[in-house]
Amino acid sequence: MTPRTAAAGVLSLGVTAALGWAVLARTLPPENLPERVAAAMPDSGVTHPITAVLLNFRSYDTLLEIAVLLLAVVVALALREAQPDQPEAMGLDNPLLRAVMAWLLPLILIVAGFLLWAGSYQPGGAFQAGAVLAAAGVLLRLAGVRTAWLDNPILMRAGLALGLLTFLAIGLLVMIPGVPFLTYPVEYAGTLILAIEFTLTLSIGLTLISLFRLTPPYADDPDDTRSPGAPRE
Amino acid sequence: MPWLDLLLGLTLVVTGGLALGAQDLFRAVIMFIVFGLLMALAWVRLQAPDIALAEAAIGAGLTGVLLLDTLGYLRRPFGSRTDHPGTEE
Repeated sequence: MTPRTAAAGVLSLGVTAALGWAVLARTLPPENLPERVAAAMPDSGVTHPITAVLLNFRSYDTLLEIAVLLLAVVVALALREAQPDQPEAMGLDNPLLRAVMAWLLPLILIVAGFLLWAGSYQPGGAFQAGAVLAAAGVLLRLAGVRTAWLDNPILMRAGLALGLLTFLAIGLLVMIPGVPFLTYPVEYAGTLILAIEFTLTLSIGLTLISLFRLTPPYADDPDDTRSPGAPRE
Repeated sequence: MPWLDLLLGLTLVVTGGLALGAQDLFRAVIMFIVFGLLMALAWVRLQAPDIALAEAAIGAGLTGVLLLDTLGYLRRPFGSRTDHPGTEE
């Protein structure tokens, strides 16, 4: 065992011990958070407690999360532009995938829409719907379907920013009657949450798609006979 | 079903270890995807279906696709990536 390994082991054990101690020696007074959420549910505009916490009670956290996602994709875009090779049509030459896509795509869109809508009363919501949407984008790219609107930089960037901008705009607009940032009026809360979630779904989907599309394209080399699972020298 | 939960937990640790320790990157990625799917199951068992959905969609699905895509990029023919001196095989 090298000294470095030993040091890393000691450090890991120390962190584990500290975490264990932190869990066991909690000094916070026990608070029944589920009960408090349940008590506030009628004012939230939705009936699913998770969505109520994410989009209403703690919507500030979600806002910052979306900002972090946007930041990540901006950095990825900047890194991609520094790459010499330009995006090109990439796809597997697979007629079966193309044929299946014609059936899968509407299904995926319906599932994404359902997850978004279901978020107000059962598990679901913007993140899950956005991920399903992104899966459609990934499949489209794998099938080599041309998506000109995704290559339009202005549209793409507008779509990426749409979720955060809508979230911010709604958060600011509700301040007009003199309440704090992101405090939705009870009677409109459901509508506002749905509007935010709809734009978030689009932006999250586009974010994940563009992260995938940003990897530099490569041509499959016919001389490369290694199978995908073959160990590398 | 405590024995099932125990099995699930053990499998999580094993797949996590295999993903980290695999010499072959392709195997590591596949193990990571398996880990993500089992993790989603674990969240379901912990009665957190929201996190399970997100884990299955983002953790296993999209991250797996991204990793596989990166793997394909790393395996490009040697001559066509002279612009990346640090990635020789």
